[in-house]
This record gives sequence, C-alpha cells and structure tokens, in this order.
Amino acid sequence: MHSSVTGLRSSLGLTERDRLRRTFYRLARAEDSRAGIELEHGDRVGIVGGGPAGSLFATFLLRMADTIDLEVEVDVYEARRFDHKGPAGCNHCGGIVSEFLVQLLSIEGVNLPPSIVQRGIDSYMLHMDVGSVRIETPPTHERRIAAVYRGNGPRASEDSGFDSFDRFLQNRAVDLGARIRRRLVSGLDRQLDGRIRLRGPDGLDETYDLVAIASGINSHLLDRVRRLDSLEDVPEVLRTFICEFPLGRTQVRERLGNSMHVFLLDIPRLEFAALIPKGDYATLCMLGHEIDEELVQALLDAPEMRRLFPGASLPPLACHCFPRINVRGSSRPYADRVVLVGDAGVTRLYKDGIGGAYRTAKAAANAAVLHGISAESFAEHYAPACRTIDRDNAIGKVIFRFSHLFQRWRFVRRGLLRMIAREQQRNGARPMSGVMWDMFTGSAPYREILLRTLRPAFVRSLLWNLVAGNAPRPGRREPNPEPL
Amino acid sequence: MRSGELGGTYQPGDVVVREGESDDRMFVIQKGRVEVVSDRDGSETRLAVLGEGDFFGEMALFEHSTRAATVRVLEPARILTIDKRTFLRRVQKDPSLAFNLVKAMSARLRRLDDELARVKAQIASGGESRVG
Repeated sequence: MHSSVTGLRSSLGLTERDRLRRTFYRLARAEDSRAGIELEHGDRVGIVGGGPAGSLFATFLLRMADTIDLEVEVDVYEARRFDHKGPAGCNHCGGIVSEFLVQLLSIEGVNLPPSIVQRGIDSYMLHMDVGSVRIETPPTHERRIAAVYRGNGPRASEDSGFDSFDRFLQNRAVDLGARIRRRLVSGLDRQLDGRIRLRGPDGLDETYDLVAIASGINSHLLDRVRRLDSLEDVPEVLRTFICEFPLGRTQVRERLGNSMHVFLLDIPRLEFAALIPKGDYATLCMLGHEIDEELVQALLDAPEMRRLFPGASLPPLACHCFPRINVRGSSRPYADRVVLVGDAGVTRLYKDGIGGAYRTAKAAANAAVLHGISAESFAEHYAPACRTIDRDNAIGKVIFRFSHLFQRWRFVRRGLLRMIAREQQRNGARPMSGVMWDMFTGSAPYREILLRTLRPAFVRSLLWNLVAGNAPRPGRREPNPEPL
Repeated sequence: MRSGELGGTYQPGDVVVREGESDDRMFVIQKGRVEVVSDRDGSETRLAVLGEGDFFGEMALFEHSTRAATVRVLEPARILTIDKRTFLRRVQKDPSLAFNLVKAMSARLRRLDDELARVKAQIASGGESRVG
C-alpha cells in the first residue's frame, strides 16, 4: 500500500519535501483562517506595479493604517521610470481621468495640478456620418475631465514642463511613507508560514505579509500569480489600439479645442474610438473586436476623422501600441495574503480604467487594514466592490450592443443627432445628452444609464426625433459638421 | 486659463456662494484664495481665509439649510465643484470617502472652540476689570 502511494506520488512528480510543505501550509492556512490573519505592527506589504492601482493602494493603505495607529512597511515594485519619454515610461493608456474621479480624488485631498493635466476637458464632440454635435459638461460648464500622460509623453516629444500622472500618484504614496523599488518582480510563491515571497531576475528575494498585485493586464507576472492557490481564472481581455499624432500646441487647440472627440461610425468590428487633445499631441484610442491594421486604417481613412486634421491629412504617428484591456474581471481576485487590484483584478468596461483602479485599490486597502488579509476577509469586504463593477459591466455590454444599432442604422443616427442638438440648444432636461455624456465619460454606472433610457419620456422623445429627424423635406441635406 | 487647469475660473471680488441662498454643491479650491464672510446686521465679519486644497460649502452635502456665509474670491482662483449626487452616490458604497471631510470639519470645530473660549475669556476679563 505504502509503496503504491509512494509510486503514485512519484508519478505525479511530488517529492517528500513537497508533500510536507503542502501539508504544513494547509495546516498553517487553516489555522490562519480560524484566527483571522490581520496586519500587525511592523508587517511588510509588497505592491507589484507602481501605476495608479499600486500607488493608490499604497496611499489608502498607509492612510487608513495611520488612522488606526498601525505602522506597516510598504514597498512598491516598479521597474519603469515614469519620467522617461516613450515606451520606457509609458503605461499604454488613453489617459483620461473621468469627471467622477476628478471629483472623488479632490474629496480625498488629491487635487490634480496643471503640471500633470495636459488638457482640461469641458465637452465631448460626437462625430457621425450624418453630422457632429457638441455635448457640454452638465451643469457647471467647468473643466472637470483631465487628459493626462501616464508616462512622460511620446518618445520624440519635447520637454513641455508637464509631468507624468503615474509619477504624481507615486510621489503621493512616497510622501506617506511608501518606498519605490526599481526592481523587476518575475515570480512569487508562498512560504511555509503562508507569507508571500517575491522573486526577481536580479536576485530579488523578499518576503511580505501581504502582496498586492497591481501589475495591470499586460504583465507576464499574472501567469505566475495564477499558479498560486485559488487564483485559477484570469481576466478576459480585449486588444485595443492607441496612437499619438504630433500636431503642435496651436493645432491641437484650434482643431480639437477642449473637447474629447468621439466617433460613432458604421465600421465593422469597431466598438468605440476617441481622439483626446493633449499638449502638443492628440491621442487616438480605439476599441473593437480583433483589431488589426485593416480596422485601424478604416478608422484613419474615415472622413469624420480626417476632417479634424489640418488639410484633412493625418501626420505620421509619433508612436502606437496594441495594449490589452480587461473586459471581464477575475472572479476571485484574492487569496490569503494576496489581493489583485486595478486591471489585474476587475475594472470598468471600456471606460474609466483609472477610476476602476481607484475603486479596487481603496476597497482592497480598507479591507486589508480594517478587516484582515485572509481570503475569507477579502471575500467578505473586498469582493463586493469587485462584484458591483462586474455586474455593472454586464449591463454595460447590453448597452454597447444596443449602441451598435446607432452605429449600423443611418436613420437612427439622424434621430440621435437631432435629439442631442435640440437638447444642447435649450436649458432644462437633456436626457439623451446626459446618457451619451455618462457613456463617454464613465461618470455614472451603466445600470443607471440603462434605467434612464427605459423611462417613457426618454423613449417618447427618441421616437419623436427618429420620425422628425428622418422626415422627408424638400432640399434636405445632411447637416454640416459643427464648427469647433 | 491654462490648458491643463481644472474647475471654474474666478476673479477677485467674485462671489462663489452667497449667505442665505440655497445651493447643494461643495467646492474645492484648486488654486488661489477666498475669504469666508458673514453679514450680521449690516456688519461684515471675516470668518476665515481658505487656500489651495481647502474646501467649503460642505454643509450643503449633509443638510438642506441655506448658505451660512458668503465666500468671496481674494485672488484669481480655480475652484472645482463637487455635485451632491456624485458625493452621496459614492459615499454610500465607500463611507470612508467622508473621512477627509469629517477630519476637516472636526479641525474647524476645534478652531471654533478655541476661538469661542478666547472670546469668552476676553469678555470675562473685560467684565472683571469693569467690576474692579
């Protein structure tokens, strides 16, 4: 009997040491779960990834720990330097801080200075083949959306005096006591006592009481994290396209103004595209299915896009990339002493990735400090925040499927254009403008947007505009694009 | 206004909120200084001067009463508006969002206590000297 078990173990590749190690860990973990693992004085917290999710997790953890007089040591691992231009300092993101997040950060005491905001956005321009319409910030007419560079701008960009958004958040974490470690983390495993050891190619070997994975979705480390117990599924991802057009400050101001330009075009596989004005550059973000060069070219050739550029001619790209984004989160972004935040765990569908980082980082940090760092604790106090985002994303997918009707049917686009244009010309209720604003900005949960579109008054108004917008009129022609 | 500035722009003398008016927004100062003044029987008293990072109008988030004081801009300022709905929607999911506000309101209360104690002490010592 014994020999047969030994034989089986041998055939599974398990050594005696492995067996003992697993048994010991199972017992230790069971003990931890019963006792509840909590952060204690002097505990060490390792955060892998120094983007917004990592820096905000460090900030909220240190701030909450200070509130309850708990001293912890926090290391943030980030090999990239966000003060470098080009890919070396870039985090491959459109770089929009939503209106909702600008306000929340301000309440948190994090006010974005002009040195990191490339441009304050006060309106959206919706471009369709049937015309363009401007949607202004309701109701304050303030600039409450920030266009930022996550790194220090495109490779060839000149030093414009602007700073990196990611470095700004990192510096705030450092001010509270976090330590930035410029070392690459290539692996992690669990020690006999349940703590997590981080390893790196340069000999990094550090053990932490809690590890937060904030490495984003584009990191190979996620495969290693998956091998840890209980973290079996990984987020579902979608490929995107991001590029930078060098236009110069004057052209950016004159051609794009303080508006983000959104395109609702009948191009197969295209989900969403937006052109974001920044300092000397305009950033194009594109979401779609199986994005390839053909789809990118179809968008770049669209007259609605070209007419925004001087002489309807697109300048050569300063840089471009095809980063992946998270479109369905990990169902269990935590284990004992490990928590996944930001894109590595769960984020908002298509929009407001930095807002998703804020929400998950704060929920995870509060759960860790106030309730404990066991899987059970994260399940009770962190998972609800992730589930809320995930459920809302499911509703968002329904809304985006519905929006495909607008993309495909020209008569629907005419009705949409008429409805928004009329709302923008008058004071009072602006139901469609509000829906489109919240869709583009990520300022409201998708559930709330869906409920608003189901109101009888909204449906009545849409139907009326569909009829009125398509009524045959003598000498009818498509409206000209609205001047910027 | 620079391209990267957020919020609304105000010039010296602009009144952001006026005592007695009803409004449900809170404001966070991004740049510049404002003064908080109260009018009692035609006499204006300066209650505080606020600067970058400070907020005002927070009472409107929690109660329905009218503005307790007027806020006037002292030097060119940029001020960000916080919607009551945005705040309440988020604070329902994350009560710790209110910590910063509670901390600041607590600090203001402490300052007012000190001020009240100082004024009372002044009155008391003035009364004693008159008696003496």
